Amino acid sequence: MRWERKDMLGIRDLSREEILLILDTADSFIEISTREIKKVPTLRGKTVVNLFYEASTRTRTSFEIAGKRLSADTINISSTTSSVVKGETLIDTARNLEAMNPDVIVIRHSAAGAPHMLAALVKPPVINAGDGAHEHPTQALLDMMTIRSKKGRLENLRIAIVGDIAHSRVARSNIHGLKTMGAQVVVAGPATMLPRDMALMGVEVHSSLEKALTGADVVMMLRIQIERQQQNFFPSLREYARRFCLNGRNIGLAKEDVLVMHPGPINRGVEIAPEIADGPFSVILDQVTNGVAVRMALLYLLTGGRGF
Amino acid sequence: MKNKKRIVMDAEGIDRSLTRIAYEILEKNKGLNDLVLIGIRTGGVYLANRLREKIAAIEGVEVPMGILDITLYRDDLSRIDRKPRIGKTEIAFSLDNLKVVLVDDVLFTGRTIRAAMDALIDFGRPRLIQLAVLIDRGHRELPIRADFVGKNLPSSLWEDVSVNLTEKHGADEVVIEPEAGE
Repeated sequence: MRWERKDMLGIRDLSREEILLILDTADSFIEISTREIKKVPTLRGKTVVNLFYEASTRTRTSFEIAGKRLSADTINISSTTSSVVKGETLIDTARNLEAMNPDVIVIRHSAAGAPHMLAALVKPPVINAGDGAHEHPTQALLDMMTIRSKKGRLENLRIAIVGDIAHSRVARSNIHGLKTMGAQVVVAGPATMLPRDMALMGVEVHSSLEKALTGADVVMMLRIQIERQQQNFFPSLREYARRFCLNGRNIGLAKEDVLVMHPGPINRGVEIAPEIADGPFSVILDQVTNGVAVRMALLYLLTGGRGF
Repeated sequence: MKNKKRIVMDAEGIDRSLTRIAYEILEKNKGLNDLVLIGIRTGGVYLANRLREKIAAIEGVEVPMGILDITLYRDDLSRIDRKPRIGKTEIAFSLDNLKVVLVDDVLFTGRTIRAAMDALIDFGRPRLIQLAVLIDRGHRELPIRADFVGKNLPSSLWEDVSVNLTEKHGADEVVIEPEAGE
């Protein structure tokens, strides 16, 4: 199995073999971050542009560190400090960036499909770092890497994803990836936050946290986007927390060796109780560590020689 | 008879060469103090394991061993279209002030060893690096030479030399044959 794609736009397109290749490559990259000299010369002379049209600390920093540990030059452009505020369109920004010969463009954008449009337009590989409510492929890959390293497999695990499923690109990418890898996916959230056709994706749908938790090998708690509260998807944060907060009591419904995951940033006491976020089942910080390795793997696989 | 597969070393030959190399390593380094073996993936790892067993049989001591994957240090990565698979590097100790014996199956252009030395330096500053190979087939493209050689095998550039080992290929033998596709 060799990598054949120019871009990394979504998990939905990926085969099981492609996901395995990325995860295996990422496993080999983990060791580099534990060395005293955390750098290999692989991408010397290559330039990685991080084009972020949405706020991000974790993902942007993670891509930046991944590029640097491979010796690439990484450049960050965020919408608030760039010509975007002067009204430049995405297409014009992309054409101008391309004229500076970057080797990879990483993009996060609030519009679904923005990375796809960019990929069709520019020569260098494009990595989707989150587009609207569509996909966040690198998050799903680091989640699958974390589960596989802790459980030794992905097949036949019962994985509960809880929260605002409808607006979550993390949930969407994870559902595609986990289903491809043979896991059993269960989602739960307030009815207003569950997409109607969810069952078509082959997942079990519940409107109660307890039902989703029962017998789960892994629980992924999604961040409640507090800014959405004005849109009346749920009556109040307190009410949400009462029904959907993962805490020391309801965690007992899951398997004894359950893994608790969260893509961050966490709202303590809203979707996850502090004693769970910091507790023995939590692998939230492993997710962050693995995120760097997954992004190193993608930068390595996508930067080919003479191009495609 | 040039275009046929020839076995140039059999299981006994490989074993005797490794025994001799084990003694030579001990002689040249005057014992085992601060000595470590680093096998280059994948062939070198099996050979390093066997050298370690031989040294243990002679001296009664197991020398520390590490595994090195040199892919990320290759000098042709930006020229090839599809990236090679990466294996894990496992060196669980600092190489500061240690005597490192790098082990590989075939020494050819020397580019793998160049990459390996660059990688080793990232794990500390070894006191010295020595090179042990089962086969030296010539055709160097860099100023590199082995300290311990199982067999010098003059070969043509249009031939493939493969070291097959029981651990991976089911049998121990060194084979020379015309390049695949010729």
